[in-house]
Amino acid sequence: MSRTYLAGGRVVDPASKLDGIRTVVLEGGKILEVREAAPSADERANHTVVDCGNLWVLPGLVDLHVHLREPGEEGKETIETGCRAAVQGGVTTLVAMPNTKPVCDSAAQVRLVQARAKAANLCRVLVAGAITRGSLGEALADHAELKDAGVVALTDDGRPVMSAGVMRRALEYARDLDLPIFVHAEELTLSAGGAMNEGPVATRLGLPGVPSAAEVVMVERDLLLAELAQARIHVCHVSAAGSVRALRQAKERGVRATGEAAPHHFTLTDEAVAGVAAPGYPGAPAGRVYDTCAKMNPPLRAEVDRQALLGALADGTLDAIATDHAPHGPLDKEVEFGCAANGVIGLETSLALSLALVRQGELSLSAAVERLCWGPARVLGLPFGTLAPGASADVIVVDPEASWRVDAAALASKSKNSPFLGWTLRGRVLRTYVEGQLKHEALGLSGTPS
Amino acid sequence: MTPNPTASPAQAPAAAELLARAQSGFPRHLLDLETLGLAQIEALLALAATFKRERAEARAGGRAIPRERRELLAGRTVVTLFFEASTRTRSSFEMAARQLGAEVIALQKEGSSVSKGETLGDTAKNLEAVGADALVIRHPMSGAPHLIAREVSCSVINAGDGAHEHPTQALLDALSLRERLGDLRGRTIAIIGDIAHSRVARSNIHCLGRLGAHVRVGGPSTLLPVGIEKLGCSVHRKLDEAIDGADAVMCLRIQQERIGDARLPSTRDYARRWGFTQKHLDRLPAHAVVLHPGPVNRGVEITSEVLDGPRCLVMDQVDSGVAVRMAALALCLGEGERASQPPAKPAATRDAPLDEITLTEDLL
Repeated sequence: MSRTYLAGGRVVDPASKLDGIRTVVLEGGKILEVREAAPSADERANHTVVDCGNLWVLPGLVDLHVHLREPGEEGKETIETGCRAAVQGGVTTLVAMPNTKPVCDSAAQVRLVQARAKAANLCRVLVAGAITRGSLGEALADHAELKDAGVVALTDDGRPVMSAGVMRRALEYARDLDLPIFVHAEELTLSAGGAMNEGPVATRLGLPGVPSAAEVVMVERDLLLAELAQARIHVCHVSAAGSVRALRQAKERGVRATGEAAPHHFTLTDEAVAGVAAPGYPGAPAGRVYDTCAKMNPPLRAEVDRQALLGALADGTLDAIATDHAPHGPLDKEVEFGCAANGVIGLETSLALSLALVRQGELSLSAAVERLCWGPARVLGLPFGTLAPGASADVIVVDPEASWRVDAAALASKSKNSPFLGWTLRGRVLRTYVEGQLKHEALGLSGTPS
Repeated sequence: MTPNPTASPAQAPAAAELLARAQSGFPRHLLDLETLGLAQIEALLALAATFKRERAEARAGGRAIPRERRELLAGRTVVTLFFEASTRTRSSFEMAARQLGAEVIALQKEGSSVSKGETLGDTAKNLEAVGADALVIRHPMSGAPHLIAREVSCSVINAGDGAHEHPTQALLDALSLRERLGDLRGRTIAIIGDIAHSRVARSNIHCLGRLGAHVRVGGPSTLLPVGIEKLGCSVHRKLDEAIDGADAVMCLRIQQERIGDARLPSTRDYARRWGFTQKHLDRLPAHAVVLHPGPVNRGVEITSEVLDGPRCLVMDQVDSGVAVRMAALALCLGEGERASQPPAKPAATRDAPLDEITLTEDLL
């Protein structure tokens, strides 16, 4: 059987506690072995060998939070364009959010997404189903049907389940199916009308604010309910220091809770809405005041919140880095800030922004890779995000030193609503393998087959 | 106390010279006062004072307004694009444009980009193609004028955007205040009421601060936005404390919506604690004055006795408004050498170097 040897790169696989110069051997869509010996002359003659000297070989990224927009809003993104963006960004497994049109709350909807993802044949698309029918927060969707169709999680993401009673029952019912509930934590009466984080920047710009308490109140509520139901709970896009504290305390008392943070939340603060360049990025251009690419839900928070996210990513309180990739077109974004849609794209910048934290000394490399790969896989309880022998051959080859400019024209995503356009980032994905197949290859760079 | 600079018309330089010098370095857009330098504010106020005086003299039956004034913007077109109802500001801008000889196209629209199905930028670009030299925009959403200014090459003047800024309102307040109090350096101005939703408050904090006044804001905590003190004002939660020893008190309108969203129990309850009455006015220094940007809820934020009394500048504010808007149009549409508006760096402009100040005093 034909093999691929990714030879002589720095292999980082936190799940195997491995960080060293190794050769990763792929065969039959699986990891055959990770070994110290370089490919022999015989192996070179009979198999594909990719020289990865000075490069990093990492597990493919697992992104727990992606809006693919299909069905319903194919003008913003399709499953194919979203998956292309994923492999270009080194993401080999993603979880598709169910807030499509219609909402993914039935087996038929799940199968549609699975079929289109299979046709796209780029990365692994896992599907999250809705907690409630139509994500209206009232009647429960058919969780068992969704489970049998293959969903890996339940969420009404984009909206909270406002009724604590409904949320309690959803957690209990999902517990029996061993499905985690992904929580979009937002108390709607506290966030009502808000366009950005409540604070001095919002006050200066005259924009209505969303207090971080709008998130924290619901994180606390849902952690209590998960404790009551003894259910698995995952807190999406944690943005506030108070949510980090709540999650940390819940984990300490044994609640089966996990959490994720998005690169935009750990990179930017609400100052970005005022066009102020981000801290820690000397090369980052100043943005525009009232830049709608700095608008998302939950909003960019204060520096104290950003610091709390960094601490929680470092100590593992936050298990995963997830992009909340949310494509929007010009009619949604090139409008007044107050009526602009929430959300930014993120699949293609997630790895580089995470590696920036390593350079800034906020995270060790192995912690960063863990939060991008094995951490999110563990949230789902699935065996991805590792290079352990026998695992799916989802592997990326990264040039850690390559600088690249985030350029709208070069983004594979159909939408270009990134707050990082024009930024120069370091760390570039040269190759993405999914189940051993090469799905993305950056052109004109080193690492071509020998 | 320094003599009142704007009230000394005797040896004013020729208006043409004043205009030419003020235009030099004035930005093409008037979007906010946060980023407008002291020198530009002084230049605009000096020009506005001249225009106001000319109008007063003409009204009194003295000298007619000079012809070069009436033809200053001849052949230019000013479009007022109002996405919110307005009586005072819109009529004031239109009067100002006509006084300078410009053509005026007045448009009233309801709703935002989303409800219209056309982006605001596209609307603005179309108006520019029609022939607008200046777009005067009032919009319920903060930042709308900034969005337009990125899309068009004609002048954009902010006539009030959401809860962000209302630059010409603060400038007209400053003109009326200076005519009454003289130099504002060291003066204390209290702004009372719904600070959270007030673009008037924000523009005044920037403008008065830059002119050297101490600004206080006061109101119930539900109407005080988080971090307002970072704009350069002190924050007060008791009316007596807020107005103690103030040289001027500006009362803001209390809107009925504030009761619906639970920020206030009732206008009655607001008036009990925050309504400005003759009793409060009597405790202020004898020279102290009262302002209100209008429209007024008589008996809520201010009593009729104060509003109709001799120390209330409300009608003078309206008069100043036309002059300030004439000056704004003249400067933004002027042919002088352009300075692009600097990015938001309030700290840098607030501490304007002294030579900028002497330049403007020399202007006067």
